[in-house]
Amino acid sequence: MLSINDLTFSYNKHVGDLFHNLSFELNAGNVYGLLGKNGSGKTTLINLMCGLLTPKSGNVTLDDENVRARLPKTMSDIFLVPEEFDLPNLSLKRYASINAPFYPNFSMDDMQRYLDIFDMGGDIDVKLHSLSMGQKKKVLLAFAFATNTRVLIMDEPTNGLDIPSKSQFRKLVTTGMTDDKMMLISTHQVRDISEILDHVTILDQSKVLLNASIADVTSRLAFRPMREGDQPLFTQPSVMGSLVVVPADPDEETAVDLEMLFNATLQNPDAINQLFNAPKA
Amino acid sequence: MNFKDNKAIYLQIADRIGDQILSGTLTTEGKVPSVRELAAEIEVNANTVARTYEYLQQCGVIFTKRGLGYFVCPDASEKIIAMRREQLMQGEMDYFFRQLKAVGITPTELQEKYQEYLKC
Repeated sequence: MLSINDLTFSYNKHVGDLFHNLSFELNAGNVYGLLGKNGSGKTTLINLMCGLLTPKSGNVTLDDENVRARLPKTMSDIFLVPEEFDLPNLSLKRYASINAPFYPNFSMDDMQRYLDIFDMGGDIDVKLHSLSMGQKKKVLLAFAFATNTRVLIMDEPTNGLDIPSKSQFRKLVTTGMTDDKMMLISTHQVRDISEILDHVTILDQSKVLLNASIADVTSRLAFRPMREGDQPLFTQPSVMGSLVVVPADPDEETAVDLEMLFNATLQNPDAINQLFNAPKA
Repeated sequence: MNFKDNKAIYLQIADRIGDQILSGTLTTEGKVPSVRELAAEIEVNANTVARTYEYLQQCGVIFTKRGLGYFVCPDASEKIIAMRREQLMQGEMDYFFRQLKAVGITPTELQEKYQEYLKC
């Protein structure tokens, strides 16, 4: 659906390429988690995916159409919720009525439903400038989901949300997701979203170190307390003794711990790469 | 994370549905929530729930009626109990016995305790 094709990008020709010949594919029906350290290029990659930056070479395409061309049919099918944003000094109702026409599949009923999930359904005439940062984020998320674009990209969506809204956000994603949509969530707060993802993409030093489905991770890696004879890819001390990431035995299926998966991948990229490129047992 | 019960999420959901069938919350030959309904309710990815349903179908616990969704099999409870028995006998019992042996609890003591437990 959304393809990154031999993408090379640089902010400044004197400092070298941030991405060099990066290629991978994002498919409809999946919720992707884009994980990476600070400065690993997550936000830049997102901006490239939305057609906001120009690659040095290569491109990003949505259904074979270059997103950088910013054609109306492409732009009406992509929504980006940035990490930081400003909302104009309008009522929510006015904001929705001005912006909705850009998105042919926008549904006011859906927006109401999503605002209800966030406990913000009461007052559609509320002035956007009277809202706190967290409330603004909820409003923008509700609007974003209600546009029903096929591509929805969110940069750190749970930043600034209070404790109850982390669960509400998961409800928003699991309610709003359909087979023809693709969602990408870039985040450091892996615990907030681990169960709503079905695909993990790990970015480090401008390279995709891992791009795998949760089902694939489950069948290849186990996350559990250390046993005798283990040769762990990653070890983490805990109150219950050492926890490890190890290649999974056949029939061994454990829940994926994204934090440990991330650390294991950064520490041992070659071993992980080898394991995931090997044919399945 | 609770590592003691660190089963894959799709299997944890299968256990949950098994519990609901055994407790009667989901009735025999009754309808099971759709993949999307359950995903939204428990805030888990729909593909994970779909995997649970595929697994339960293979185990003969639920079946699908074309266009109508998933339903509980007539003999689902027996299937679930048989599966859990096997799991207990093969996996957890082994762990339990190791602990008993380590602290020197005899079979007689164990038997007494279990009989006591069954009485109340």
